[in-house]
Amino acid sequence: MTAPRPRTLFEKIWDHHVVAREPGCPEVLYIDLHLVHEVTSPQAFQGLRERGLKVRRPGQTLATLDHSIPTTDPTLPILDPIAARQVAQLETNCREFGVRLYGRDSDRQGIVHVIGPELGLTQPGMTIVCGDSHTSTHGALGALASGIGTTEVEHVLATQCLLQSKPKTFEVRVDGSLRPGVTAKDIILALLARIGTAGGTGHVFEYTGGAIRALSIEGRMTVCNMSIEGGARAGLVAPDDTTFQYLAGRTFAPQGAAWEEALAAWRRLPTDDGAAYDRSIAIDAGQLEPMITYGTNPGMGLPISGRIPDPEKLPDAAHRAAVAKALAYMGLEPGRAVAGLRLDVVFIGSCTNSRLSDLRLAAGVLKGRKVDPNVRVLVVPGSQLVKKQAEAEGLPEIFRAAGCEWREPGCSMCIAMNGDELKPGQYCVSTSNRNFEGRQGKGGRTFLASPLTAAASALKGVVTDVRTILQ
Amino acid sequence: MEPIKSFSGRVVALPVDNVDTDQIIPARFLKITGKTGLGESLFCDWRADAAGKPKPDFPLNRPEAAGATILLAGDNFGCGSSREHAPWALLGFGFRAVISTSFADIFRNNSLKNGLLPVVVDSAAHAELFAMVARNPSVELRVDLASQALELPAGRVLSFPIDSFSKQCLLAGVDQLGYLLRRQSEIAAYESTHPPRVQA
Repeated sequence: MTAPRPRTLFEKIWDHHVVAREPGCPEVLYIDLHLVHEVTSPQAFQGLRERGLKVRRPGQTLATLDHSIPTTDPTLPILDPIAARQVAQLETNCREFGVRLYGRDSDRQGIVHVIGPELGLTQPGMTIVCGDSHTSTHGALGALASGIGTTEVEHVLATQCLLQSKPKTFEVRVDGSLRPGVTAKDIILALLARIGTAGGTGHVFEYTGGAIRALSIEGRMTVCNMSIEGGARAGLVAPDDTTFQYLAGRTFAPQGAAWEEALAAWRRLPTDDGAAYDRSIAIDAGQLEPMITYGTNPGMGLPISGRIPDPEKLPDAAHRAAVAKALAYMGLEPGRAVAGLRLDVVFIGSCTNSRLSDLRLAAGVLKGRKVDPNVRVLVVPGSQLVKKQAEAEGLPEIFRAAGCEWREPGCSMCIAMNGDELKPGQYCVSTSNRNFEGRQGKGGRTFLASPLTAAASALKGVVTDVRTILQ
Repeated sequence: MEPIKSFSGRVVALPVDNVDTDQIIPARFLKITGKTGLGESLFCDWRADAAGKPKPDFPLNRPEAAGATILLAGDNFGCGSSREHAPWALLGFGFRAVISTSFADIFRNNSLKNGLLPVVVDSAAHAELFAMVARNPSVELRVDLASQALELPAGRVLSFPIDSFSKQCLLAGVDQLGYLLRRQSEIAAYESTHPPRVQA
């Protein structure tokens, strides 16, 4: 008898979920959990209706409202009639097809990638999909989680399966220890600055190494969240004791004997010794500084002590053109220091950085201080549960006393669909995930950074290295 | 979905790398509950100035873009958001194929499921195509899916890759859901040995 071939975490989850496999066809992959929101699902439910199909597994499907809802008083009606219609459509669809919806009146409502883990729905070894590219977030708990399009949402609603060709694997090894002022967000921004927005296309990242092990689950979520910004289909962290401690006792986590059984299975998931990845990259966490983006994609990042690159000095013509175009949009001069750039808005929120630990980091910097009077600062908790926990710790008082707005949960100014948006030309340090042109409002200009950097910059009214404040 | 066999058409050249789906169709247009009507908003923040006036030099606004069916784009087209509204907007404008050196995974999947053909060519062919369209903006290319051929004038033919499953679906004009629905007994068998991990 020969020993089984060593496999990666990804391969173990994939193999376990293959329902059918035929030559010349993609594999039929079973989906354990399907998360649904208002923006990418209406056409999928309509497709079911037109074909006379049902939702195959309503119990493995969960909907919430996050993208287009206002972050003001949830008891007030939605003023944007088109958004209101889309929200009403999700309510109708969930009623008609028997899908549970955590709507605006639910104490479990929130950003879809915040509520899955915090409710214990996201568990190691699962396959999870959602019509949202940041579904990669759930990989922080060792779940294979991918964003899908609306046609695929319909496929999963109808069959609980997805047609998938098997991606390749890509180890992102982060060793060493983060220095003060440097966080999970800086790890992922540093990775993206190295590999660019297409560096992971066709691959699934697995984040390994001591610096990843040392992160909390919420920190791992921040890292996995932005895997898609490197083009990867998913991002994974192998489950460990940190994962199990996070999950124990959560609403939908297994209990009692089922917990012990699940734990035994989860401990078998990590990548075997000797298993090979198709590609790999190594990052030394000890060398990292706080990172910030200067351009119009998440790969255009630099250390906060850095200077805006000069496109003329770049060797590659395509890169030169891309940076020149980005700087023209951003209204930035080549060669000037990124620290000290003037700001209009600071946004602390999004599925990347709106969890309790993120809010604690920001509050730690803001406590007893005042934000610059010329800067509007929005703090948007990721979910009703996060909001409640933050309230129990007195965080809203710290934010309000510092001059920040404390708002209701939702995607808010990360995607600017709900009225929370930048005005043309405004500059914003944002803890979100995308600095694409117009992402935070038409003509708005985004610098992506960590909650620490965002809070420090809010105090000074300019891009600020948090280490100058922590000292 | 209409079957795709072959078609000929003019080309709009957009020499920009890493075009994200937020540019293809900005988020404020995602509040619809249907799939139609997005063509006029395609690339809208690049097509118009701050006052909403069309920029005459933007490739989509040039006279030869009217009726074009092929978009020639830079590397890594369609990165970012998973919004299927991006291929819906491209199809709504009249495009039937996008040519690039590479596509973001989700965008490529979404396109194939809607009959928008992602045509991958190598860097040399990519540069040759941009040069050709610059010389002759009204040049027509022919795309033949069955033979996976991109036909240039004067008999030059480039071949492009596509997975055989997507190709068969596109040639037949069938949705991939049909394939999954025919696997229901296998799905039920899987479910009988794999109880639900969660009950939401």
